[in-house]
Amino acid sequence: MSQIRIPTPLRKFTGGMDEVPGSGNTLRAVLENLESQHAGIRKQICDSNGELRRFVNVFINEEDARYLAGLDSEIKEGDVISIIPAIAGGTKNRPGE
Amino acid sequence: MAKTFQELMADLRKELTEIEPEQLAKMRSGPPEISLIDVREMDEFRQGSIPGAIHIPRGFLELKIEDRIPDRNTPVVLFCAGGTRSLLAAESLRRLGYGQVSSLIGGFRRWKDEGRDCETPAVLGDWERQRYARHLAIPEVGEEGQKRLLEAKVLLIGAGGLGSPAAFYLGAAGVGTIGICDFDVVDESNLQRQILHTTDRVGTDKTESAKTTLLALNPRLKVETFNERLSSKNVARIFEPFDVIVDGSDNFPTRYLVNDASVLLGMPNVHGSVYRFEGQVTVFWPGKGPCYRCLYPEPPPADMAPSCAEAGVLGILPGVIGLLEAVETIKIILGIGDILIGRLLAYDALKATFHELKLRKNPECAYCRSGIEFPGFIDYEQFCAVPSATAS
Repeated sequence: MSQIRIPTPLRKFTGGMDEVPGSGNTLRAVLENLESQHAGIRKQICDSNGELRRFVNVFINEEDARYLAGLDSEIKEGDVISIIPAIAGGTKNRPGE
Repeated sequence: MAKTFQELMADLRKELTEIEPEQLAKMRSGPPEISLIDVREMDEFRQGSIPGAIHIPRGFLELKIEDRIPDRNTPVVLFCAGGTRSLLAAESLRRLGYGQVSSLIGGFRRWKDEGRDCETPAVLGDWERQRYARHLAIPEVGEEGQKRLLEAKVLLIGAGGLGSPAAFYLGAAGVGTIGICDFDVVDESNLQRQILHTTDRVGTDKTESAKTTLLALNPRLKVETFNERLSSKNVARIFEPFDVIVDGSDNFPTRYLVNDASVLLGMPNVHGSVYRFEGQVTVFWPGKGPCYRCLYPEPPPADMAPSCAEAGVLGILPGVIGLLEAVETIKIILGIGDILIGRLLAYDALKATFHELKLRKNPECAYCRSGIEFPGFIDYEQFCAVPSATAS
């Protein structure tokens, strides 16, 4: 079992949970399982070809999965997967903005 | 029987090592590396010293030496104006257990008369010395570091949630020139986090408000304001005179312009971003580590970016992240410590945790990979229907 850290913008897919358990031996499998638990989230992370989106980075522990084996990166027991989407800063919260 | 001064000096000359300027000149080119200490008073030091010398007036020598030279086996050469005070100082260091101490015969006067290299050291005025006394007390900053801060030029992108605390502390620290780029006006809803501004300035330009606050804090600062929206047209002109960029913007078009200009000009870009209870900080320094585009080659399409309506932030969070940006900026200026290059520091306020992720340089990066021509600036479209301001 691994652990997936859900960034704030994607927590609407996990019922507000900031961490969910991951299962699977590869990043691909973990993301597939994540989608089966929380429908709609995978599309935020992967494009229509199933590849990682360019404005989302996924880290396995502290390493960027892209510089490991991408979606084929091995996930071991206890690994922490962090999903880090590009965030502009976004403190605008006035109505109409 | 008590000794006369002459007798004391004669005894010390027998017991301690004195060296000729010629010998010091050889020792300075090492190895082993030596520590050279100027034990004269400040007014003497100010007029000129030997390059690389540490200035510790004789009255403070015993107090400060362990801090400045912790290793008692370091070869130490002391000098004063003529070679007398440095000999007395050498005796003190010997008593403190420094084993390889020597005193320069003829002192700085003879060194200079022989035409050897001298420099007028970077020294501060009395006002600066008093104002920044707590910096001067840290060896890693000291007089030289403070001088660097005073000469540094830092540009803040946005006088908002991130820029406010960063500007406050950079100004307090004596960063001599602070540029502020923002085209927005102060809105009441900004005041939950944008501490440079005040209630009575609602509706006025943020750059002017920021300048008023910073000059009230530190009247000797030079504050340069750029009351304009950053674009492909003005970004290089605005950035060019500065040494470090502190990115506190709140939108992707600005983030990418900041990155691309920092790549073009080879400037460190101190990056911070916040979202609700989470914040991130890193330093993108082209040539030394990855750039923003190594991480995110392009901004997300509008429908995939977190919508502006759902964004929001705990007011204190940009305070924390903006201050981390200020710390990295100070380290860059001083050239100390491990700068957050190639590392993303992520802060979760609710969990009260920091974690660190490794950022790699993308060998395919369209902007910062070596040997390519600069592809040019891009004005990406704003995502929010209503014109967005620069500062987060």
